[in-house]
Amino acid sequence: MIRVVLPPHLRTLARVNGELELEVNTPVSQRSVLDALEAQYPMLRGTVRDHITNLRRPMVRFFACGEDLSHESPDAQLPEAIATGSEPFLIIGAIAGG
Amino acid sequence: MGTRKGAFILTSDGARKRWKVSGPHFAGWEIYHIKGSPVNPDRVYASQTSAWFGQIIQRSDNGGKTWNPPGTKPEDLMTPEGTPKGESNMFAYDASPETGKPLTTHQWYDGTQHPWEFKRVWHLEPSLDNPDHVYAGVEDAALFESKDGGKSWDELAGLRGSDTGPKWQPGAGGMCLHTILIDPGNPKRISIAISAAGAFRTDDGGKSWKPINRGLHSQFIPDPTAEVGHCVHRMALHPSRPNTLFMQKHWDVMRTDDAGDSWKEVSGNLPTDFGFPIDVHAHEPETIYVVPIKSDSEHYPLKGRLRVYRSRTGGNDWEALTKGLPQRNCYVNVLRDAMSVDSLEPCGVYFGTTGGQVYASADAGDNWKPIVRDLPAVLSVEVQTLS
Repeated sequence: MIRVVLPPHLRTLARVNGELELEVNTPVSQRSVLDALEAQYPMLRGTVRDHITNLRRPMVRFFACGEDLSHESPDAQLPEAIATGSEPFLIIGAIAGG
Repeated sequence: MGTRKGAFILTSDGARKRWKVSGPHFAGWEIYHIKGSPVNPDRVYASQTSAWFGQIIQRSDNGGKTWNPPGTKPEDLMTPEGTPKGESNMFAYDASPETGKPLTTHQWYDGTQHPWEFKRVWHLEPSLDNPDHVYAGVEDAALFESKDGGKSWDELAGLRGSDTGPKWQPGAGGMCLHTILIDPGNPKRISIAISAAGAFRTDDGGKSWKPINRGLHSQFIPDPTAEVGHCVHRMALHPSRPNTLFMQKHWDVMRTDDAGDSWKEVSGNLPTDFGFPIDVHAHEPETIYVVPIKSDSEHYPLKGRLRVYRSRTGGNDWEALTKGLPQRNCYVNVLRDAMSVDSLEPCGVYFGTTGGQVYASADAGDNWKPIVRDLPAVLSVEVQTLS
């Protein structure tokens, strides 16, 4: 299982508390994690990545294992610790605005 | 009401003296607009938006007690793979040649052409006869409609395809379609307004559109009487006289009595004719309200005195309404969608400010009281009069 942490506003929108656990197809990548997330929580479509372009929204970041993976290819394999579920995949709302 | 940090619901009985305030709903999100269906007041649509997470459409089927993004329940629209489509927040500009001219650019601040980019829904207008049919005015300016209760949206592409699209340009607040007026006697006739393009009308349910800006005069554009380019801030009509529209423009208060074919200025004795909202009394089609603002570079009331102005003659002759409103040190603004009226007798008038105050008058504007004073900046106010 892949562990995913959503920013607070998206946890409210998806009506979940704490971390999510998702079944994700291999290879585990940003795209496969987000595909699984949106399939299980369709209200999140368009909120993490643009509905039309499928690109990460500008003020959303992806962190994992102490690294900012936001600019990695969506199809790049995520670290082994994410794939095994020992570390969570963090979806972050940028610290900006009020 | 929609605010910068969530929605609030203010409730009172017919006396309109004591109010219950609930909220924030959708806390922390910008709520640009909430509006209920005129044929089913339990059906309410909300535009929830965020610079971080984009656009969400919320729908309530029980008068605002609970909300859901339409189309995201398992029993809702399904893809061939068997998963919910979740398209209630997808506003895709129509680019198909079958439905009109697929415009891809509009005028940018520097005069160059710029691609259309969806940003948010400014205004939701439920149809007059079907709670599942609702229109959405969006930024960058376009008109969308949903016929399935907000689960999916299609652009009425004839508007952007009406030849003038490449000349439209954003105002300081963005290029937004903010006003949608449906003719109660002929629902195929819809008038809309865009800042800063002007007013447009369809007579065939949205297939074809024409600019209706003859008579507008805008000194801030190279040709002050151009066909498009006018910064219309808001329009309003009374249901009994759908050919009469009132307009608060960037400067100037205007009216038309031929559904927009020609406009005349009715600013009359207003101390300043800059402002944002305009609305019409529920029972007197020639009684209208505006909130004059000092200027386009000073978005606050003249001399720090918050005053609603009322005309009982459809414009030109205006009286200041001051009782209960702050008459010193008041430097808030009242945004274009932040005024509304109820249909009780006497007519109630309501408006919200960027300072978070919501003022109500239960006597058509003669006397005002704040319902609540310290909310986030108010973006929109709508009234439902329930029996």
